[in-house]
Amino acid sequence: MRNFLLAVNTKYMKALTNRVKEVDRRPMTLMERAYLPAIFKGMAITFSHMFKKAPTISYPEKTRPFSPVFRGLHILNRDEEGRENCTACGLCAVACPAEAITMEAAERKPGEENLYREEKYAAKYEINMLRCIFCGLCEEACPKDAIYLSETFAPANFQRKGFIYGKEDLLIPNPVTEPEAYAKAKGGRVALK
Amino acid sequence: MAEEIKKEPPSTFKVTIDNITIDVAPGTTVLNAARIIGGDVTPPAMCYYSKLKGSGGKCRTCLVEVAAGSTADPRPMPKLVASCRTTVMDGMIVKNITSDKVKDARAGVVEFLLLNHPLDCPICDQAGECHLQDLGYEHGKEGTRYEFKRRTFEKEDIGPYIQLHMTRCILCYRCTYVADQITNKRVHGILDRGEHSEISTYISKAIDNDFSGNMIDVCPVGALTDKTFRFKNRVWFTKPVDAHRNCENPDCCGKTTLWLRGDEVFRVTARKDEWGEVQSFDGKPGWICNTCRFGKKKTADWEVEGLTKISRHSVISQGKYDGLVMPKETVTEVMGGRGPKLLMHIHDESGVNNPAIDLSKINGPAHSDTFDKV
Repeated sequence: MRNFLLAVNTKYMKALTNRVKEVDRRPMTLMERAYLPAIFKGMAITFSHMFKKAPTISYPEKTRPFSPVFRGLHILNRDEEGRENCTACGLCAVACPAEAITMEAAERKPGEENLYREEKYAAKYEINMLRCIFCGLCEEACPKDAIYLSETFAPANFQRKGFIYGKEDLLIPNPVTEPEAYAKAKGGRVALK
Repeated sequence: MAEEIKKEPPSTFKVTIDNITIDVAPGTTVLNAARIIGGDVTPPAMCYYSKLKGSGGKCRTCLVEVAAGSTADPRPMPKLVASCRTTVMDGMIVKNITSDKVKDARAGVVEFLLLNHPLDCPICDQAGECHLQDLGYEHGKEGTRYEFKRRTFEKEDIGPYIQLHMTRCILCYRCTYVADQITNKRVHGILDRGEHSEISTYISKAIDNDFSGNMIDVCPVGALTDKTFRFKNRVWFTKPVDAHRNCENPDCCGKTTLWLRGDEVFRVTARKDEWGEVQSFDGKPGWICNTCRFGKKKTADWEVEGLTKISRHSVISQGKYDGLVMPKETVTEVMGGRGPKLLMHIHDESGVNNPAIDLSKINGPAHSDTFDKV
């Protein structure tokens, strides 16, 4: 049995991978032994990079454009009249694989119709960005067009407490009462219909 | 001519439902025979409720095809029949999920039931345990062909405990049967006819009967919901546990399901069986009184028996873990008595589930001012 295994082993030894490169063990030529030509060749490659476009950017001053499908920080949406879309149905929280979303619902009182779109709304809505894995399942689960992942990522922080995002952090500016802030936040985006 | 001999009827009837044969007592309905078999063979039922006399025959979701009427008369029945109102015959052959006609008819019934039903499941407290949601999901089709205005009603206040949403009602009449048979004085019923029919109390009289809360449990949709639980939490985020207490009311069984969040009792309901009906104890349906349902919102009032068994296909079963053991905290031991240094205490940062606000102690839904005062 053992002999058989050894035989199999040696048979396949050579052909384990097709990327094997035999080491070149021939003696060096005169050109190679002269040393300097190889040095100049290497230097030429190095200096040529000075005239090429740098692939890096100076990050906080400059940013790369995000893809429109980028999944970054969440926003809570409002409708055209500035009312909050979220009704605290809990589908984002139940879809969340990281259990990052929590909320508490409340009933809309008479006189609050300009604030909340439906009878029930999220009085508290929190996303723990430490837990969030930015998978976008909350966005997919939302039946009310209320949560979206935006094209920014969470800013760095020295402390953990900066990563608990409440409603005040997530809600977009009200298009009715703060049109400038809304226009600024909207940027060049157009609504997809 | 041979003399006709009338044979003694057999003591049990043999009925075949979806190729499964079963012996049942004469007088059993096809639906109940199918429930004895159980599983996918059982037709869904929105209006039939085995604990309520006279219920059934209204919603038409339990339609089945009878391929052979009986051994004596094996002709098929010409039309689909409501299985909750059709009793079995000896040698009857019934087709439920094996019949394409039934599937098609049921999808049509679901479409009809959803004509006027608002799709406000994100707001509705019944979502997650709603029979119409399950029915639409399992037997319905995507989309509707209805183009007209949906029926709407003026909102009506029917007392401090029960919330009535008439727009969600599918007119199954279960709640009126509860009022008729459980309570001794019926004060609500169906007003008007046809499309205008609506459940209402006579002259908006509040339902103050001791057992009126059972209407919430029998309602297959979110038309009657618990006002003390209104908007407090989604059903699937609360943890159901079986509990009991010695109720002073002799008609109340005292056996309930508590729906907890942490140690807060958010909602109390009667215990449900696998068909979504109230469980029976000693042959009696386990209706519970309003004191148990609305008045005992502390865990100290109850003796908790353990986690309620929830089908693992239900959304309610998400995040529920039976037999969890907290691992031993070893940091204090290893560090010579010094506890771990917390980098963040969640209640200092988070406003959700604030220990200072006890939602279970509020009688109605939370409002904007509930969260302001801390």
